[in-house]
Parts: sequence; structure tokens; C-alpha cells
Amino acid sequence: MSEHEVDPLALRAEALEALLSEQGIVSADAIDAVIEQYEHDIGPMNGARVVARAWVDAGYKERLLRDGTAAMAELGFGGAQGEHMVVVENSPEVHNVVVCTLCSCYPWPVLGLPPAWYKEPAYRSRVVREPRVVLAEFGLVLPEDVQVRVWDSSAEIRYLVLPERPAGTEGLSEEELAALVHRDAMIGVARVEAPR
Amino acid sequence: MTRASAQRERVLDSVGPAAPPRSNGELVFQAPWESRIFGLTLALHEQGRFQWQEFRERLIAAIAGAEASLGPGQAFHYYACWLEALQGLVDAKGLCDAGSLAARESAFAARPHGHDH
Repeated sequence: MSEHEVDPLALRAEALEALLSEQGIVSADAIDAVIEQYEHDIGPMNGARVVARAWVDAGYKERLLRDGTAAMAELGFGGAQGEHMVVVENSPEVHNVVVCTLCSCYPWPVLGLPPAWYKEPAYRSRVVREPRVVLAEFGLVLPEDVQVRVWDSSAEIRYLVLPERPAGTEGLSEEELAALVHRDAMIGVARVEAPR
Repeated sequence: MTRASAQRERVLDSVGPAAPPRSNGELVFQAPWESRIFGLTLALHEQGRFQWQEFRERLIAAIAGAEASLGPGQAFHYYACWLEALQGLVDAKGLCDAGSLAARESAFAARPHGHDH
């Protein structure tokens, strides 16, 4: 191996793009546009806004739990990889966590692209077998009397967890609440904490 | 109270711990080529070149194959599976056959140093 050795996967990816581009099938600009969109416009902040809205607006929450796809579309979120969105609500009795055991299905329009650990074989297999152990590794230790529900995403259904609104946030605005909500809480491997 | 103005929405998009994906703990892509094939896949899908389910089936198969052949200490490489799935799909769709791809890879590999990007 020389120091100039190029990753063979990078070469293959480049060759594939070049061949498709030369045939006029896809342009570099179109690819740039997709990447730009996912790096800057689509991300967990969209999901955070959905959660915050549900916390302050009981009517919205009801619509969200009944038809996640439609309620998210109200806020302008939808499209690729978010066709059938189901929102599952955490409570003092039930904790929900989301996985895709077969690949990496994920609610892109509201969470962006999944973190690396979500795609790893370890998370995908273990969270089903031993969810409490995996959650504890994320720092979330659940009392024995809390029921854990694991939701396996598929091409047809993408899940988003509606976390519990933390105590002590009664005086916060919707915007301030949204700023508390983070990606891991909407996958279900963390809670939303009140600001200190 | 629940009606967010356009201006407030813009502010929300750029501040707070839930703001941009890149500030949310880790990079989504580990190498530039991963983002290129991700973008390439979505661009082809948006053009209607394939159904998402067709890609997903190939991705699942590639991941299952990679996991089955993973040796001890070897790292799982998600986007390698993604590339395998996309390559098989564009071949099956008649957009880019494996032979042409292999030839182009060899040509790119033979480029003189400094001309590889």
C-alpha cells in the first residue's frame, strides 16, 4: 500500500457517480442539493418542534397521536422516508424506544439522518433482546415498574417517541421547550431534562 | 401562544441543543463519498428511477451479508452496504452495469497522484 492508496469504496462511489452523470441520468448539482438539504435543513430540530407543539397544544397532541403523518405535515414536515409516521407517547408507566432491526429505517423528515450507533448491529439486535440493559448503557435507568415497548421501524412505518414534558417547565414558551428536546429523546434512549 | 411566526421558526432552526444535525453529537457521514452516494441514491429515487422499497430490500440483504461475514474485531461499515445495494440496483435497472463500473474504477485507480479528486 502506498501512502497515496485511495479507499476502494471511495473510488467505486466516484466511478458510479461519474458514469451516471455522463449518461445524463443524474447531475452533481442534484446530488449537492440533496446533501445540502440533509446537512442544513432537515434534522432533529424539526422533531423537537413537533414535540414542543404537542406539549403546549392538547388538540395538536391528540391529532399527532392519532395520525402522525398528517399532524407533522401541519408543521410542514414530510416526504421521503416519513410517509407513515406513528408517534408513541411516553408516560410514567410506559417508555418507548425505536429501532430498525433489519436496516436503518428512521423518520428522516423530523430527525434527519440516524446516528452511527442506530445503524450498528449491536444496537439493532440488543435493544430488542435486552432493552433495559441497552437503555442503561445510554444512561437511562428505568424503574422496574415502567413498561418498556420497543418499536421496530419498517419501510411502511417510522416511529417517533413523544417524550414526557419535564417537570418545572410550566413557565417555558414553545420555543424554549423545543430547545430542550434532543434527538436521543425522540428515539427513546434518553429523557428530556428540565433546564438547570 | 402556539402559533409560531415565520421569524420565530427561523430562530428555532439555528439555536438550541436540538438545532443542526451536526451539532447533535456526531457527524452523520464518516467520509465524503458516503454523503455522495447518499445524495446520489436520493436524487435517483426522486427522479422515480426506483421504488424506495426496492432499494431497502437490497440494503437489508447487504447488511445481513456483511453481518454474517464480520470477523472478530472487524468493524461494520454501513455505507459499504449502502454502496453495494445501490450498485446492484442501478445494474438491475440497466442504468450502470457492473463491467463498466469496474472498468471506470480501474481507470480512476490508475490516475497519477494529485489527480484523484
